Amino acid sequence: MFVISLVLTIVVCTLLSIRTKHLLFAALWLATSNAAVAAFLYALGAHEIAVIELSVGTGLVPVLFVFAVSMMGHLSSVPTTSVSRPLAYSLVGICALLILFSVPSLVSTSPPAFTIGSFSHVLWEDRGLEMLLQIVLIFAGVISILNLLSASRRPAVVRTREDTSAVGDDQREFQREAV
Amino acid sequence: MTLTPFDLGIVAVVALIGIGLYGLMVLRNLVKMIIALQIAAKGAVLALILAGIASNQLNLAQSLAATVILVDTLVAVIGLALAVQLHRTYGTIDLKMLVSRREQPLERPG
Repeated sequence: MFVISLVLTIVVCTLLSIRTKHLLFAALWLATSNAAVAAFLYALGAHEIAVIELSVGTGLVPVLFVFAVSMMGHLSSVPTTSVSRPLAYSLVGICALLILFSVPSLVSTSPPAFTIGSFSHVLWEDRGLEMLLQIVLIFAGVISILNLLSASRRPAVVRTREDTSAVGDDQREFQREAV
Repeated sequence: MTLTPFDLGIVAVVALIGIGLYGLMVLRNLVKMIIALQIAAKGAVLALILAGIASNQLNLAQSLAATVILVDTLVAVIGLALAVQLHRTYGTIDLKMLVSRREQPLERPG
């Protein structure tokens, strides 16, 4: 019963985060959905990843969304579509069928012949090189974000056709006055 | 017929990936698109853990899921920084309006 309620919470919160107009509310629904996913992972027995998911998905990511939305002002998204809804529904249905048809082959996989150590052994020794690459990736991400945010301090001017024609008129008037 | 946690996990994976894909196709707001991407990535993490349970390799699946969470968070952070930058430059984060403003031709003054 607890697991069923968790799955229902995940589905409802993700739907609300997609459907709501206000971006702040969308971030809060996403945080609730991530918390439910973390609890579901814990119920499945994946305790370590549940803790990581709870701290990152419910702690860090919503704070980032709220920070970005507050920098842009309180925006609300207009409910418009870029792809027609029947096409989107049919593509999502095809993907769901593909996942469901691939499950029996996944379950019938035979267990591995070799034994695998604990989570920390797998993470820090078997996949040590990948962990180093992830640390490099984190530093690259931080540096790129700092570059992006520091570039935004310079005033950016978008010149449209009206702006350029106005600039041209001003220049012509200035030349006329100079003559 | 009783549903095990594994079966319910499959339902959650299908729902998360389906809602994420639907959001990526239908939405035009950049922040909402990043939220949809996050939802789809959560479905992928859950699918990895379920695959680890099914193949009796839960520790390996957990370490791979940690990588997916890290990369997904980095993508969200960089996407949000780009959205903030686009909003400062063009005044909107609507995809269609951004494309229309980019396509406006510039004329030489004079």
